Amino acid sequence: MAACRSDSAAPGGDAGPPQPGGTMRYGLSQAPTCSDPAQAGTNQTLYVARQIVDSLTDQDPATGELEPWLAQRWEVTPDAKVFTFHLADGVTFSDGTPLTADSVRNTFDSIIRLGSGKAPLASSYLTNYVGTTAVDRLTARVEFSKPNAQFLQASSTTQLGILADVTTAEPAEQRCLGDNVGSGPFTYAAYRQDAAVTLAKRTGYQWGSAVFAHRGEAYLDKIEFTVVPESGVRTGSLASGQLDAISDALPQDAPQIEATGGRVLSTANPGVPFGFQTNVTRGPLRDPAVRQALLPAIDREQLVDTVLGPQFKPATSALASSTPGYTDLSARLAYDPAKARGILDLAGWVPGPDGIRAKNGERLSFSVIFSQVFAGNQAIIELVQQQLRQAGVELTLDLVSVAETTARQNAKNFDTSYYNTTRADGDILRTSFGLDGRNLNGREPIPALDDALTGQLSTADTAARNALIGTAQQQILDAGLWIPTVELSQAIGASANTRDLKFEASARLQFFDAWLSGR
Amino acid sequence: MARYLALRALQALWVLWAAFTLSFVVLYLLPADPVSIAADGAGAGTPVDKAAIAELQARYGLDRPLWEQYWTALGHAVRGDLGHSIVTGQPVTDAIGDALPATLQLTGTALLLAVLGGVSLAFAATYIRRPWLRGALAALPSLGVSVPTFWTGLLLLQLFSFHWRLAPAFGGHGFAGTVLPALTLALPIGAVIAQVLTAGLETTWRQPFVDVALAKGGSRWWVQLTHVLRPASVPAFTIAGVLVGNMLAGSVVVETVFARQGVGRLTQTAVLAQDIPVVQGVVLLTSAVFVSVNLAVDLIYPLLDPRIAARSRGGADESEHTTADAAEEAIIRA
Repeated sequence: MAACRSDSAAPGGDAGPPQPGGTMRYGLSQAPTCSDPAQAGTNQTLYVARQIVDSLTDQDPATGELEPWLAQRWEVTPDAKVFTFHLADGVTFSDGTPLTADSVRNTFDSIIRLGSGKAPLASSYLTNYVGTTAVDRLTARVEFSKPNAQFLQASSTTQLGILADVTTAEPAEQRCLGDNVGSGPFTYAAYRQDAAVTLAKRTGYQWGSAVFAHRGEAYLDKIEFTVVPESGVRTGSLASGQLDAISDALPQDAPQIEATGGRVLSTANPGVPFGFQTNVTRGPLRDPAVRQALLPAIDREQLVDTVLGPQFKPATSALASSTPGYTDLSARLAYDPAKARGILDLAGWVPGPDGIRAKNGERLSFSVIFSQVFAGNQAIIELVQQQLRQAGVELTLDLVSVAETTARQNAKNFDTSYYNTTRADGDILRTSFGLDGRNLNGREPIPALDDALTGQLSTADTAARNALIGTAQQQILDAGLWIPTVELSQAIGASANTRDLKFEASARLQFFDAWLSGR
Repeated sequence: MARYLALRALQALWVLWAAFTLSFVVLYLLPADPVSIAADGAGAGTPVDKAAIAELQARYGLDRPLWEQYWTALGHAVRGDLGHSIVTGQPVTDAIGDALPATLQLTGTALLLAVLGGVSLAFAATYIRRPWLRGALAALPSLGVSVPTFWTGLLLLQLFSFHWRLAPAFGGHGFAGTVLPALTLALPIGAVIAQVLTAGLETTWRQPFVDVALAKGGSRWWVQLTHVLRPASVPAFTIAGVLVGNMLAGSVVVETVFARQGVGRLTQTAVLAQDIPVVQGVVLLTSAVFVSVNLAVDLIYPLLDPRIAARSRGGADESEHTTADAAEEAIIRA
């Protein structure tokens, strides 16, 4: 865990003790897709939904450890199939109903009913779910038919936040309209799709997680989320005092934000860093030597320095450095153009007249499909294109819409696919690279990798599990299944008045400790 | 008149049906499945269960044969049910109903500003006799047409919102919140109106009846206002009808820059997610607006220039004073 986290305390701590009250005005970069935590996927949706639900556990962003929240303690069987949670007493949902073991069961059962079409992430966390038993009023036993070690971390996510019966009884569409009831420190006060969301403080909230910095109610009276898609308008609104914090502050916006006393808060996303997933079934990427040569052919420091700025970091493994179980493989990913050329020479790829290599009449050329979900993608890939050219490799860019990305990935119609995935648990390697996952690589079994990916899911012991996740990271690079580039960072612009706005372990915002000074 | 209106109503229905059918065909030709996109909205990289996708497709009727989906959707649309958004689950009529008032407010204000600005500019450019000033005024519309809407919007925000803090930068309501986006949208449209009206005014000034009016002792101002403006405004009026359609397209950019809720933003998000029911709803709405505006324009023509009615009646009546009855008769025959 070596993330560059920065909280929003002013330098020197001259802000004094936190002051309750006030409305924080927050500018989202995209409209939330749905108000339901269980159906939430995008960051902007999660920034809102996170505030209205509590989870069974919370993950400490500094250590990756799981801490008590709604569950005061828990037990996991050694085969990682049965999880027993002991709930805190006296917790109520915002409609006044008490939290019980039945609430946990109803929440999880309703996710199974939503299905992986409506709730893809929540459903994947509950793979092989058998059911939840209310052992007594405050003891819930969650059972799986196969080992599911990742579930413990998943119990800390927004998607598995516990909801009141009035919400879990609703059909999927109704749950998107902004009347969801949770036990969280804020409640929905107004929800206008595509425009704005207002959250109000829950009075009498007493059951904050062990990760929170203070006890009792949240400081803010209200949070007003407004959708402001244009980044220049977001930055201008922040600098002119019309907003208190904004999503997706671009590196070029930082000077304008800092000129008015504000700051850019950033944290590295855990999960799979940005990179190229190789389709090993077609083109020159069928050759393992080519995939190997790509690893040292990319100058990742240059990518960060030239395109992104200091809040970003080069990728150093198939997992981002802030993911529990991350192994530092930076030596494997060091920039070494001579090594890249050597590997290709040895494999018989000979430079042609235009500098691009070829072997048996096949040109060393492949394409990448990517979308502009992250603003820096195109510039990064263009720079990679130049770097690969130095090694005699031709990369062609195929910019597609998000819609087409999904379609092309499902049809395996690509050479490489460029993306990243956020998840604060090493199990993301199984979902991204496992034969039972999406397997965009189209690969055949690799016993050492497959054993590690399935093994980590049945290992409740953290040290043993991390060792398996470490093996998986090495195997993925050995097979050239992922060519990492840079780690995604969340960059939040905050005004001088905005204090203690924090990131939770999955790099999404937690507003509980946030407060406004000078109001 | 009644027969004419009935014909036009039929024509409008035909346009609506064609728009619905075309958008249906185009959306289904696109190489993506909306359910997979919605399910992968998280970009999670996690595999979505094939059974779950199939179940969702069944829920939205996407698993049935294309012609059956088409008939069902058309049947529902005729009864005013446009289905549910695949992404948000909101009924499409609600989504459009939520977005429409803001867009109407924006485009209505913009049209008013565009007409006021365009007419004033054209009036000044043809009335003023000083050649240099006249030339300068006549060149303004070209500038207005060529400046990108996006840039105008950001510039106005930079000055009036971020620097002078006179107007809110986003989500605006009321006068202060509407004036900047409306101005942004009005600028290119007002410029086109000014261009076309200037040309119309200049042509009309050369007509013989103007000389007659001046000879009778009318001042230039009075002649321009009472004799020249009305016939000269016919082409500008035609263009204004087309521009109303363009404004809906312009609202995509303006609503994004000014972070306003509205039909433009709704369209943009729906197209990106290939949210077929919402896109179809917007296409139907746009066609309906276009058809109604053009009908209104056609009905108002003869009131502006009775010669149109006279000409279409087949006569070579050059007299200015045709009766309203004759105009109506001409419409019926048209």
